[in-house]
Amino acid sequence: MNKWKVASSLGTGFISLSLVSATALTSAYAAGSSSGQVDLFSWWTGKASSKALQTVINIYEAQHKGQKVVNDAVAGGAGSNAKAVLASRMEAGNPPSTFQVHVGNGSLLSWIQAGDMTPLNFLYKSQGWYKAFPKSLLNLMTVKGNIYAVPIDMQRANVLWYNTAIFKKYKLSPPSTFAAFFKDAAILKSHGITPLALANHGNWETTLLWSDVLLGTVGRVEYNKLMDGKASWTSKGVVEASKNYLKMMTYVNSDYEALHWAQADGLVADGKAAMNVMGDWAQGYFTTTAGLKPLKQFGWAATPGTKGVFAAVSDAFGLPSKLSGKAKTNAINFLKVVGSAKAQTEFNPLKGTFSPRLDANPQSYDAYGKDAMKSYKKDPLVLVPGQGGLNPGFTTALENAMSVFTSNKNVNQFLSTLASAAKTNPLP
Amino acid sequence: MSVLPETDQTISSPPTQAIRHRRRLSPNKVWSLVTLTPSIILLAVFVYYFIFWTGYVSFSNWNSFIQNMSWNGFNNYIAVFQSFRFQSDLRNMVFFTVGYMVGCLVLGMLLALLIDQKIKGEGILRSVFLYPMAISAAATGVIWNWILNPTTGLNLILKALGVHHLPQWYLSTAIVPNFNIGYIQGGLPLALVAVLIASLWQWTGFAMALYLAGLRAIPEEIKEAARIDGAGAFRTFWSVILPHLRPITTTAVVMLMAASLKVFDLIYAMTGPGSNFVTDLPALNMFDTTFQGNEFAQGAAIATVLLILVLIFIIPYLIYTIRREAA
Repeated sequence: MNKWKVASSLGTGFISLSLVSATALTSAYAAGSSSGQVDLFSWWTGKASSKALQTVINIYEAQHKGQKVVNDAVAGGAGSNAKAVLASRMEAGNPPSTFQVHVGNGSLLSWIQAGDMTPLNFLYKSQGWYKAFPKSLLNLMTVKGNIYAVPIDMQRANVLWYNTAIFKKYKLSPPSTFAAFFKDAAILKSHGITPLALANHGNWETTLLWSDVLLGTVGRVEYNKLMDGKASWTSKGVVEASKNYLKMMTYVNSDYEALHWAQADGLVADGKAAMNVMGDWAQGYFTTTAGLKPLKQFGWAATPGTKGVFAAVSDAFGLPSKLSGKAKTNAINFLKVVGSAKAQTEFNPLKGTFSPRLDANPQSYDAYGKDAMKSYKKDPLVLVPGQGGLNPGFTTALENAMSVFTSNKNVNQFLSTLASAAKTNPLP
Repeated sequence: MSVLPETDQTISSPPTQAIRHRRRLSPNKVWSLVTLTPSIILLAVFVYYFIFWTGYVSFSNWNSFIQNMSWNGFNNYIAVFQSFRFQSDLRNMVFFTVGYMVGCLVLGMLLALLIDQKIKGEGILRSVFLYPMAISAAATGVIWNWILNPTTGLNLILKALGVHHLPQWYLSTAIVPNFNIGYIQGGLPLALVAVLIASLWQWTGFAMALYLAGLRAIPEEIKEAARIDGAGAFRTFWSVILPHLRPITTTAVVMLMAASLKVFDLIYAMTGPGSNFVTDLPALNMFDTTFQGNEFAQGAAIATVLLILVLIFIIPYLIYTIRREAA
């Protein structure tokens, strides 16, 4: 029975191979951070963002001769893979010196509640950062009077991007209300142009659109109450917002499930679609990848109903509480660089974001950046559910419910799912 | 893998050595123990201990970054089985696994039979069919995401050929036949067909290679004898070749089954969970639940269910082969 031998050894080999591949993953995190270096963890692997990060690293290494910054970046959209790797490192008691995290009640709050973060009030005092950053931003990183992270950049999530040539051709202006949006959309559709480009390959893009529609429909005060768990998810306003969202979905490209967010912006850049709702990380796509000129070839506005509100997505760095001795000192020194005006002025223009410091110079940024900074400095900030703003358990439930809702269009079922998700995963 | 040389040795050693083998602590046995120990330890720690740990976590209250190991009974399992997403996953898994296995086996066998016809350029063809296996599943996913995108891919060719009802491929949300079961719609989500095409493209060559090896191992005399007895081509295939390929089929079934239950990368790159979870599978759900939602206990429950499903198929196979070897 020679065949049996071949067959069974093949089978055994295959099974043990798959076991080995599982172990390889675990052992990859075994390397620790030694005392002479800073172990920097982020999901900045893109061309622009890694180049920007390198400038911060260079500043630190120039200030601290003989020390090395190890850049442990993990690729993957919106940090989904990086968060997984970080969770396993923290769990294994092997945290990096510092790591990228979105401000808000998402991962950052979870890490704080788990006791994994050290308060940085001392650093804010010694560096004068209490005055360098606006109070509304510090609030998003503060729990019981303690500040836990240092913000490095600022991005806006409630931006409507549009193709200026198309808008000019049909004599449209960027819609500031939903009524205006649907009017524009109907005109565009009648001319065979996709009114709204959408992507959802990452399963978070529709959630971003919906949360911008929610903000625009219920207004900032009610929106904040919802984010804080102080308002009902089945209220009239949320129902209306969800209906607005469904109506918008009748104006999008049919292959949105197949596209990554940048591809949706590609449709706008190519003139196949007129508008796209996306965070202002899309601006880098329009100018750098598509080579378009701001205001001349593409324009922007706040999404309908959200003028005067800034939906904030800010990357920050914190200090893991499990660090001690030299490793901790190094990490603190690195955070000093992260929050400094010098590092932020070099970092942000390269990354396509702007510095959240109040003393940041608008002249370092292009037309969009200047405009966004103006809004940031005067408008109230709000959280974004899909971008680290809320309890991760709730966010996953929201994204899952979104997938079903977009398909079956059942508003009541969608909202009762959200209500029960908010019960299982309490929101502040 | 380190188990293999030892097994081979025991099997291929001549009778005299086999008798010596029975004595305790022969040099052979000491040597094999020494060489096996590291991998046994590594397996014990990194595989079996973690399986145990995952099982333990799945019964706990650890559903945030705060490690709460208090007892939660079967609540995580109940929550998982009650969720729309997991029910969809189970439906998809059944269709995906069956389609994947049957597709790989039938197409693989077909290719193997064709290549076994002593044709010219056999070596090249063999490589051509095997080559997709060398491509990472993530790359395969991206390629087929482009090819089967209904607005830009293959459909443009179909449209040019005059086809009117263009398939929506993996964007289709249709489920056939559509009946209610639990919270979900039962039936085959058509979007899965697109995923199946991509995975069959990648894995058929593997089944082909297995079958080709099997076909080559069938002694020429037996086929000759069948021919002399007047058996036609189909009869020879059905009564002579197919029975000889049974061990290969068993192995292929188990390996393909285990592979299909664990599929993650292909779907992650190609379609994601899909609208209404038409292309979601448990591994994807587990990743999102655990590492996006930080619901570690629920993620562990999904992992445990997945493990049990894999074991249901692998254990009988192992028992079967061990018995067969002993016989």
